[in-house]
Amino acid sequence: MLVARYQQPMLRLARAYVPSRAVAEEAVQDTWMGVVKGIERFEGRAAFKTWLFRILINRARSAGVRERRHATVEPHHAVDPIRFDTNGQWAEPVEPWTGDSEDRLEASTWGPALQSGLEDLPPRQRRVLVLRDVEGLSCDEVCELLDISPGNQRILLHRGRTRLREILETQIAKA
Amino acid sequence: MLSLRRRDIVCQQAVEMVTDYLEGSLSRRSRRRFEAHLRACPNCAAYMEQIKLTIELTGTIEPEDLTPEAKADLTELYRRWRSE
Repeated sequence: MLVARYQQPMLRLARAYVPSRAVAEEAVQDTWMGVVKGIERFEGRAAFKTWLFRILINRARSAGVRERRHATVEPHHAVDPIRFDTNGQWAEPVEPWTGDSEDRLEASTWGPALQSGLEDLPPRQRRVLVLRDVEGLSCDEVCELLDISPGNQRILLHRGRTRLREILETQIAKA
Repeated sequence: MLSLRRRDIVCQQAVEMVTDYLEGSLSRRSRRRFEAHLRACPNCAAYMEQIKLTIELTGTIEPEDLTPEAKADLTELYRRWRSE
C-alpha cells in the first residue's frame, strides 16, 4: 500500500523542514492530497519517490518557517581537533569498531542514539542525510530535489555523517 | 609514527577527505595520496571503517510510529483516493 510505504519517509523528510510533528503531518497529508489531484501528471519520467518528495518539499517549505537566506557558516571539524597532536596526527589510537565493540553495537544501543542524532542535526544537513543515507537516493537526485550544488551536497553530507559517527563513538565508549 | 614527506597528508586532513573520497569527487592525485595515507595509518583506516559503518547503520534507522490520529486520517485519505 502506497501510503504505508511512503508515509514514514515523508514524515521524516518533512520534519527536516518544519518545527513540529503536527505541522509535518499536515504537510504530508497535504502532499497526499496533491498526489491525488496530480497523479495524472506523473508521467513516469522521474522515480515515483523523487516525484513524491518534490511535492512534499514544496508543501513543507510553505508550511515551515521561512529559511534565512544567509545561513551562518559555522566552523566544522570531522573530528574534535583536541584529538590530534601538533603534527596533525592522532594523539591516541582510534579504536576499531570490530570484535569486542561489535557486540556493543547492538541495535538497542545505537538505534535511538542515531535517531535522535539525526533529529538534532541542522536542517540542511538532516535533509541531505535523510535523503542520501536513510532513503538511499543518489547525489544527483538529492541535488535536484533540494536545489543545491553537488559540492554543497557533499559538505552537508560530510558534516552530517561525521557528526553521526561521533555519536556512535560516544555510545560505544559508554557501553 | 608516520614518517612524513612534504606531499603527504596528515590524519587531521585525511578525516576531512573521507566523504569526498567515498563520493568519488577527489582528484586522481588527492585520491592516491589519501589511499596511501590509509594504507600507512591504521588509525585513519579504522576511522574510515567507522564512517562506512555509520552510513550502513543510518540506512537501517527504523521509522517512528505514527500517532493513531494520523493513521486514521491517512487511511481515510487513501480510501477516498482509491474510490475516486
